[in-house]
Amino acid sequence: MRGFRSMLYPYVVWSFIMIVIPMLMIVVYAFTKEGNSVTNILFTLDNFKSFFNDTVFIEVLERSIFIAVITTVLCILLGYPVAYVIAKLKPASQVTAVLMITLPTWINMLVRTYAWRGILDKNGLINSILGLFGIGPIKILETGFAVILGMVYNFIPFMILQIYNSLSKMDPSYLEAAADLGANKAKTFFKVTLPLSLPGIISGITLVFLPAVSSFFIPKLLGGGQYMLIGNVIENQFLTTGKWGFGSAISMVMAVIILIAMYIARYIDKKLSVKGGLD
Amino acid sequence: MKQKKHRYIFSKTVLALTMVFFYLPIIYTVIFSFNDSKSLSKFSGFSLQWYEKMFNNSDLMDAVFYTIMIAVLATIISTIAGTFTAIGLSRSNKVLRAVMEQINDLPVMNPDIVTAIGLLMFFSSLAIKKGFVTLLLSHIMFCIPFVILSIMPKLRSLDPNILDAALDLGCTPAQALIKVIVPQISSGILSGALIAFTMSFDDFVISYFVTGNGVNNISIMIYTMTKRVNPTINAVSTLIIAIITIVLVAANIAPAIKGKKDTAADNG
Repeated sequence: MRGFRSMLYPYVVWSFIMIVIPMLMIVVYAFTKEGNSVTNILFTLDNFKSFFNDTVFIEVLERSIFIAVITTVLCILLGYPVAYVIAKLKPASQVTAVLMITLPTWINMLVRTYAWRGILDKNGLINSILGLFGIGPIKILETGFAVILGMVYNFIPFMILQIYNSLSKMDPSYLEAAADLGANKAKTFFKVTLPLSLPGIISGITLVFLPAVSSFFIPKLLGGGQYMLIGNVIENQFLTTGKWGFGSAISMVMAVIILIAMYIARYIDKKLSVKGGLD
Repeated sequence: MKQKKHRYIFSKTVLALTMVFFYLPIIYTVIFSFNDSKSLSKFSGFSLQWYEKMFNNSDLMDAVFYTIMIAVLATIISTIAGTFTAIGLSRSNKVLRAVMEQINDLPVMNPDIVTAIGLLMFFSSLAIKKGFVTLLLSHIMFCIPFVILSIMPKLRSLDPNILDAALDLGCTPAQALIKVIVPQISSGILSGALIAFTMSFDDFVISYFVTGNGVNNISIMIYTMTKRVNPTINAVSTLIIAIITIVLVAANIAPAIKGKKDTAADNG
């Protein structure tokens, strides 16, 4: 019995070396001067200062947050009806629908994102359809719109599945009770269904905002070279200029933004579920 | 009555639009991989020229080879390691388990790019040559947590008495493990392996940062090829879509066939 416990120990060592140490290195590099030796580590905030004092980087930061927020909001607004419709299907059709939504997420994100280039291109599918009506061609590729579209496309399945999970767990007798007590359809939805599906929305927000704010190949593939997000800046620091300290500092700024976003999501969840319970 | 009909139309429309949105890019890629011109909007005729170009591109073929090699090795290693760890984890004390679960969550919760730069700095500091080894180690590193996460729920619902019974009846611990525990959690192991394979096969961000010296996977090749219009990418993409579809179908059919055999055996 007890012997089985020792099966864990190799992974304790492995995860300390492969997970914990690399994470610690990011923190150390972010807070120390370049060219440290092991015996002489100098603490500094220079990396963070040079990030926040540069208007170009601040602009990138704002743009990244903006895009991630828009993506998350769109995923909720577009994903909710889909999840709702699926939850109302017959059980067998629900399984099929969920499978159909899960399937594309198993296929390489880069492949699916690249495919949009053909569809959105100046000579692509959408513009040739518009051309039949004598419209365009419109420049869609290499705009903010294309980036947001690519992000919504890649991340909305997570939102749909999370909302669907919480909707399908809901006891239908709540809806009957609301109807018996005289609530109309809209009131039932806003007072019963929506508050009960809130946990799904909250975990969906985490699953969408996190990859959206850190993505760097979607802006590069669909936004063109000029459309920089924070992930692209990190990429450049490590793969082009080799400024590890600065790159580490930026990734820590990004981690803080993600933590704040999660905190806000949980706070809203708490507030609204308390309110929903009182009304 | 009328309202019901409206609702029916609404739900059909929503579902249809969703499916078009999700599958249009995939179908588009597959169709245009067979196009005989460079055009991305006009299908001018059937041809296999982009596949020919793909098979003649030795860098691309190397990348396909590396992708499959890494995915297979990372899946085997991380599935075995993850299964061992999960069983050990389910038997360990609360504190150690809580700490390990936290650490295990790090690569799952962290943005890929953060994991990637951590590994990049780690490998570079140790002066490990970037390439196949760093790629494989990184893939094992991010696959194991998913294997553990898919096995743990199965272990939690396992009756602890079964193991005691096996040991009382004279099984050695190793026998008890292989004959009693592993069969009970096999569905968790299988889904863990499936997740590991697709995660490794599809990975771009982490691979892009930790590899070097000409060792690329398919995703990295696509990323570097996208600078120009290049329909060969559609052929590669179609190949990837085909491989993943085959793996998924096989993974879904295998348990179904096994289930049928079991019921047949029970009935016989």
